[in-house]
Amino acid sequence: MIIQSLDPRISRARLDDQSCDGQLSEHEHFETFEVFQQVKRGTHHQHVGSLHAPNPEMAILFAKEQYCRRGKSVNLWVVKTSDVFVTDYEDADIFETTEDKKYRDPEAYKVMDRINAYKARLNP
Amino acid sequence: MYGNAYIETDGSKVHSIIADEDPIKLALFEARIAAGDKIEPKDWMPKEYRKQLIRMIEQHGHSEIIGSLPEGTWITRAPGFRRKLALMAKVQDEVGHAQLLYSAAETLGKSREDMTNDLINGKSKYSNVFNYPAPTWADSAIIAWLIDAGAIVNQLANSKGSYGPYCRALERICAEESFHLKYGHDNVVFLATGTPIQRQMVQNALHRWWEPIMHFFGPPDKSSQHSEILMRWKLKMGSNDSMRQTFLAMYVPKIWDLGLTLPDPNLRKNEESGFWEYTEPNWEVFKQVINGNGPCNKERLAVRRMAEEKGRWVRKALMNQGAMYVSPLS
Ligand SMILES: [Fe+2]
Ligand SMILES: [Fe+2]
Repeated sequence: MIIQSLDPRISRARLDDQSCDGQLSEHEHFETFEVFQQVKRGTHHQHVGSLHAPNPEMAILFAKEQYCRRGKSVNLWVVKTSDVFVTDYEDADIFETTEDKKYRDPEAYKVMDRINAYKARLNP
Repeated sequence: MYGNAYIETDGSKVHSIIADEDPIKLALFEARIAAGDKIEPKDWMPKEYRKQLIRMIEQHGHSEIIGSLPEGTWITRAPGFRRKLALMAKVQDEVGHAQLLYSAAETLGKSREDMTNDLINGKSKYSNVFNYPAPTWADSAIIAWLIDAGAIVNQLANSKGSYGPYCRALERICAEESFHLKYGHDNVVFLATGTPIQRQMVQNALHRWWEPIMHFFGPPDKSSQHSEILMRWKLKMGSNDSMRQTFLAMYVPKIWDLGLTLPDPNLRKNEESGFWEYTEPNWEVFKQVINGNGPCNKERLAVRRMAEEKGRWVRKALMNQGAMYVSPLS
């Protein structure tokens, strides 16, 4: 049956409610890109999400529409998702010892204790 | 807009849901969620968790797309240039929300083409409210205010769920929804404080939308073991009734404040219990509409089909033949 709508434009399109048009074949929506946005000069680009696009130029265009509708942006990067190399969450133990390496932290160096002890010894 | 928890809760399946999962992996998974950690795409997850998530996120994405249709038809007829600009921006936001949600669902292994096909074939659901028409400008104002308000209640709750990509998408979405709500409220207030004809128009629209709004949060949940698991896995973040209560508590006073009425003589706050009392909407109507017999189901899907069909030559022209699809990272 032809769709009758309150919207005259839809009625004029004479859409058949039984039609099977519009079926997508696999991957008709292009490659996946990851999007990085810089909101201000001097700050890091931040990952904000992903999108599908046929090429990097279109990806930039879509990224602007999709991720820069509010607030400030000064720069965008898009990267093919397939070009991003990632660690596995299963391997998260490779980061485990980082926090134990106290000698990397400024707080690990307490020279005042030693200086004061030294002064106390000089002038008892 | 519009995440709606139409999760099937079939208690009889509950044993098979967990029975063939690796008990050690399952315990680690549940401990992670209990500790407030998020699950990420490549993590191990129970099959039922993946299935329900895909269904939820996909439905939510479809709701954003289909939800933009009844409002979209009002862009050319919105009164005044500023309202046209604002409505266009809102509709663009909604379509953008769908893109974010589809990306999140893709991380679980369902391709976007599959989701779109399931939508236009009628296999996937979307929020029931969008199967109703918006016959006047006031209807579009009520949608933007109250349907978006309902959606925000839902989305805020879900943004505290357990799946990382869905939470991240919802955080972006919620930030944008606050403009929709303000814009909708502004339109309703303008009509409600306007001429007697404008007032009547918004009053009529409110009466038309009340039942769909009460339906919006879904039928009262029967507590089952299944829904208990979904709560434990932080897929379901609150019962349908508790979301409905939150909505009523926030918005009924604002509606009454404008001197507008609602078509339910039993609607009132029980001062003792703190809960809102109301007449149950007709859930038979809800079932009819969700199963395809609402006033606009056919039109919505036909319009969506047309969009894919008419966009095909553009997609073909742009297609990069050597391109390889991969699912999004996060
Ligand atoms: Fe939305
Ligand atoms: Fe919205």
